[in-house]
Amino acid sequence: MVAARSVNTTLRGLTLTLTLAALLLGGIVASAVLGQLPVSPAEVGGSLLRSLGIQNAWAPTDSIVESTLWVVRFPRIAMAMVVGAALAVAGAVMQAIFGNPLAEPGVVGVSSGAALGAAIAIVVGVAALGDSAIALFAFVGGLLATLLVYFVSRANGRTEVVTLLLTGIAVNAFAGAGLAFLLFVADSGSREQIVFWQLGSLNGSRWSEVLIVALVTAIGLVAAVVLARPFDLLALGERNARHLGVNVERLRIVSIVIVALLTGVAVAFVGIIAFVGLVVPHAMRMAIGPAHRPLIIASAVGGAVLLVLSDLLARSVVPGGDLPIGLLTSLIGGPFFFYLLFRQRRQSGGWA
Amino acid sequence: MISARNVSVRLDSRAILDDVSLDVAPGEVLALVGPNGAGKSTLLSVLSGDRKPDSGTVTIDGRDIGGIRHAELARLRAVLTQENTVSFPFRVSEVVAMGRSPWSRTPDSRDDVAVVNDALAVTDVAHLSERRFTTLSGGEKARVSLARVLAQHTPVVFLDEPTAALDLRHQEEVMRVARSMAADGRAVVVVLHDLSLAGAYSDRLALVAHGTLDAIGTPSEVLTAERVERVYGLAVDLHDVGGHPVVVPRR
Repeated sequence: MVAARSVNTTLRGLTLTLTLAALLLGGIVASAVLGQLPVSPAEVGGSLLRSLGIQNAWAPTDSIVESTLWVVRFPRIAMAMVVGAALAVAGAVMQAIFGNPLAEPGVVGVSSGAALGAAIAIVVGVAALGDSAIALFAFVGGLLATLLVYFVSRANGRTEVVTLLLTGIAVNAFAGAGLAFLLFVADSGSREQIVFWQLGSLNGSRWSEVLIVALVTAIGLVAAVVLARPFDLLALGERNARHLGVNVERLRIVSIVIVALLTGVAVAFVGIIAFVGLVVPHAMRMAIGPAHRPLIIASAVGGAVLLVLSDLLARSVVPGGDLPIGLLTSLIGGPFFFYLLFRQRRQSGGWA
Repeated sequence: MISARNVSVRLDSRAILDDVSLDVAPGEVLALVGPNGAGKSTLLSVLSGDRKPDSGTVTIDGRDIGGIRHAELARLRAVLTQENTVSFPFRVSEVVAMGRSPWSRTPDSRDDVAVVNDALAVTDVAHLSERRFTTLSGGEKARVSLARVLAQHTPVVFLDEPTAALDLRHQEEVMRVARSMAADGRAVVVVLHDLSLAGAYSDRLALVAHGTLDAIGTPSEVLTAERVERVYGLAVDLHDVGGHPVVVPRR
């Protein structure tokens, strides 16, 4: 009976992989094609092939097209992919250690903690030291927020929905007040940058930034996949996980650092993009089940897909305008969160 | 196998366990019984290494249980707790397979599939193996959790009120599973409330009262009308059914 299921699971995994791959490819090509300067899909393909050293007839001859693709559009798409992956994996890890599918970096205030860290870096002038300085401050802000939420909202090895959300409200309120204060004291240049952080946007992504985010995301993803089995066991509750040989204390600390790293680096470069960590792992869990190894990998890909498509939408929904992507994900994520909350409340028969 | 010496646990200066010593041998079922709040669960958590006693020692195969690493301890003892919830909708077969995780990357992991299927069958949950754990009834959850503990295949097994959520037939079956584990040479420690059930299935019975070991011995030695009356504060009659003591409250 165990063998029969694995065939079914493999089939589901395969279907999901193919679907995500098709969506990702379609999203990438559409994002590269659409914009003020029209580029044909053939030119996109040709340019990509040429960059791999394969000469071909499709590659664009116009240097403006070439630079539009490589300086503006490709880095933006790449940023959408790595940030989406980072946020979705952060969400999956957070849900695993909280034992609660409603835990998400944006909802519980980790993102705003990271944004506050980044804003402090900007106002104090540390940002002049380079991109990684902002990232470091965002990481520390995210880490502090995660630790706070974790230790306040847990009781007897589990997190109740109410406590988790109330803690999130408090952390978000505090970080919001901090951001407002920084807006008040900042000069106009810094002020603009802080507003950008609050809304979230992939506009103006550079390859150097993409590289940092990609590196951190890769580290976080590998660490999360290595810890997949202990995350599974943690679903049995802390005591049972310990009986099965999991060093729960160590797992917690490592996981909190992973969440803070992934969220911090994403927020540092693109601002707050909420609900990716909520929607993506949930959708993947429905498709392939809750086992964490496939779930975390699928979430990384699913997050990349969601952000590439959201960014495409953000760029094309208002002609000539560039909507903040954080606005868009919250617009989709908010109602979804409400639905999850409603369902969990009905299942447990109360706010437990 | 498990040996506790002069174990005491205090909470806010109140003694929950006071100078308890006992041994559990391979091949026996030891039942821990006693009134609510007597300290049975605390004793179980001290014996299983969950809780460090304030004084005294617990050893497993002669080694201090506090000094054994998590992963190795998980291959020595399994614990069925009273809390059996699963945060995410894992399938029953997946939950039971989690019991095998202490053995991953050891030669024993070859037998994983067979051990899991065997555990599912013995606890009468094989027909549920494709169901999501979160959709099961309380009694089904308890049996699946027992299957997980069984799959862990350790020389020492602790069961904390394994029969609490179960109907009459499944109570008997769970205790039969406990007996068959002991027959395999494992040491089984089980917390029970039903004195007659404990009397029928345990080799020895430890009666815990006010944090101390009031009596320990064979069921017929420990379960006397006078002792049960004194410890529980309730008048009872004792009957003998097939050599096992049966406790009936005087109504």
